[in-house]
Amino acid sequence: MLQVKSVSRSFGDHRVLQDISFDVRPGRMTGFVGANGSGKTTTMRIILGVLAAHGGAVTWRDTPVTQPVRQRFGYMPEERGLYPKMKIAEQITWFARLHGLDQATARRNTDRLLAQLDLTERANEALENLSLGNQQRVQIAAALVHEPEMLILDEPFSGLDPIAVEVVLAVLREHAAAGVPVLFSSHQLELVERLCDDLVILSGGNIAAAGGRDELRGRFGTERFELVVDTDAGWLRDQPDVRIVDIDGPRAVFELSSTAGPQADQEVLRAAMQRGQVRTFAPVIPSLSEIFKEAV
Amino acid sequence: MTTTAAPARQAPETGQPKGTSFASATWLVAEREVKSFLRTKGFWIGIGVIVAALFALSILPGLFGGGQTSIAAVGTDASRTLQGSDLEVRQVADRQEAEQLVRAEQVDAAVLPDLTGQSATGVRVLALSSPPTDVIAALNTAPPVDLLETSEVDGAQSTIVVMAFSVVFMMFAMGGIAIAQSTVTEKQTRIVEILVATIPVRALLAGKILGQFLLTLGQLVIVAVAAPIALQLGGHTDLLRLIAPALGWFIPFLLVAFVLLASLWAVAGSLVSRQEDLGSSMSLVMILVLGPYFGVTFFSENETVLTVLSYVPFSAGLAMPVRMFNEQAQVWEALLSLGILAASVVLVAALATRLYSGSLLQTGGKVALSKAWRRAD
Repeated sequence: MLQVKSVSRSFGDHRVLQDISFDVRPGRMTGFVGANGSGKTTTMRIILGVLAAHGGAVTWRDTPVTQPVRQRFGYMPEERGLYPKMKIAEQITWFARLHGLDQATARRNTDRLLAQLDLTERANEALENLSLGNQQRVQIAAALVHEPEMLILDEPFSGLDPIAVEVVLAVLREHAAAGVPVLFSSHQLELVERLCDDLVILSGGNIAAAGGRDELRGRFGTERFELVVDTDAGWLRDQPDVRIVDIDGPRAVFELSSTAGPQADQEVLRAAMQRGQVRTFAPVIPSLSEIFKEAV
Repeated sequence: MTTTAAPARQAPETGQPKGTSFASATWLVAEREVKSFLRTKGFWIGIGVIVAALFALSILPGLFGGGQTSIAAVGTDASRTLQGSDLEVRQVADRQEAEQLVRAEQVDAAVLPDLTGQSATGVRVLALSSPPTDVIAALNTAPPVDLLETSEVDGAQSTIVVMAFSVVFMMFAMGGIAIAQSTVTEKQTRIVEILVATIPVRALLAGKILGQFLLTLGQLVIVAVAAPIALQLGGHTDLLRLIAPALGWFIPFLLVAFVLLASLWAVAGSLVSRQEDLGSSMSLVMILVLGPYFGVTFFSENETVLTVLSYVPFSAGLAMPVRMFNEQAQVWEALLSLGILAASVVLVAALATRLYSGSLLQTGGKVALSKAWRRAD
């Protein structure tokens, strides 16, 4: 498990991170979301030792993250970059060796990853001759080639076409399934929602929320219900403990007030059934963007 | 969704990676650096130009310049002795006239009757500053030679050697530009972030310097192999004999001076984020390379200036070998100067590492030195 403990960082007088703490658990994909400038990249850079923390600590399996530990992490920085004139297979193998793999293992892992990422045919081309999307795949290969024990990916899906997103997703899932903690940031909330097990929401240098996705839904998403009846649902407005979110003829979305009892939803359902046919009565699961809005 | 995680991936295929030591990280960086340079056309063109220039310098003057060696001969004995040689013989009346011609450099040497009886051939040779080998050869046996101006080393030869040393020094000092360029490339492409996350910054810097050092050494070997051949073809075998011991000093000085400048080139590269901005940050290093070059070339005759230059770290790499060649300095002086140079390498490399680390990850415009210094955390 990777633990970020009360990490702070300032640039000049500007405090970018204030005492942030969160965990990245093994075998889980942890989504890291936040507005631009909320400190995601800074946090990732601190975990990787690219930036120094001005307070706090980062630990891996309860020991401080030092350079040899970090060498077993896989990192994909937000600003992509590899050697433009180097052949891609050679380049990925070089990165594997830089992370401590021997030549034979490095070669084998390179070949396997290139095959997984549909790049085998381009193996001997210089990086600069590839399309941006393919360069992105090479970048992912470079982050994964040394069988990292921890993956930190800054916006891994930006710039990828939908097919490439699926390919990369499959590769990342495979790593997470093998027990590797994966921390990734993304602006594409729908994607994060689909992908992540845990969520860390950063806002203005503070952790706005952190925890399991479903737990956060329960915590931040106010419980809502959707009701569809045959006739007009306007009567709901007069129902006690009900606050209407949206109403359109027979369809209504409502929340229950905090003072409502545990059976309040059943009372609403009963009232609806007394008035006629009920087509739908279901809780509405809040989307990540709603959680995000709520938490920030 | 499971809450109990699968066991963390402990053993990737052939066991836990051992991790990269400082030395192997440095070596990997150096290896990549060397490989990528060997693949550029510019590198090979550069070597080609150097070798071609070497051959041109040693062969062409013999073909176009000088021509026949001219001799002023006094007395019939001298003329007779020189008959059959390919020397241009000019008959003059007496020693005084011959001496005038030699001093005026209208003839290369004069051959006079030997009045002391020391000479087996009965003639003496009069020359300006060095024994004229071809004249002596023409006389078959070596007659006593009187030099009008004594010097340990022939002035003309010394000039050639100083020039050759200067050019080679410049070439290698400028070779460091490649380090600056490769550093900027890594900054510009942002690959530096992955590198810094993986290996210590010191290993990155050391690897770059080592890589360029090996490339430079390779070039030096090519020059060392080509130079004797070129000099032989140009008929400068005597020069070769003269240069050989001086090279013994030049090479260690050159290599240590290279590391000194290389550290600075790396800093120059790390201060900017785009190739286009490199010129501005390189100007100071350029001065430190060109300064010694012009200093030594202009003052190669001025022993005092040369002595000072031979102890200043940035010019020592050129000035001290020149002094050793001119036999103006003792061995202990060379060792002392080499010691000073090595000490400054240690110091400058430490400063450079800090500046390099401090500026490597800062993008957008040029990084001020003071900022680079402070940011080194």
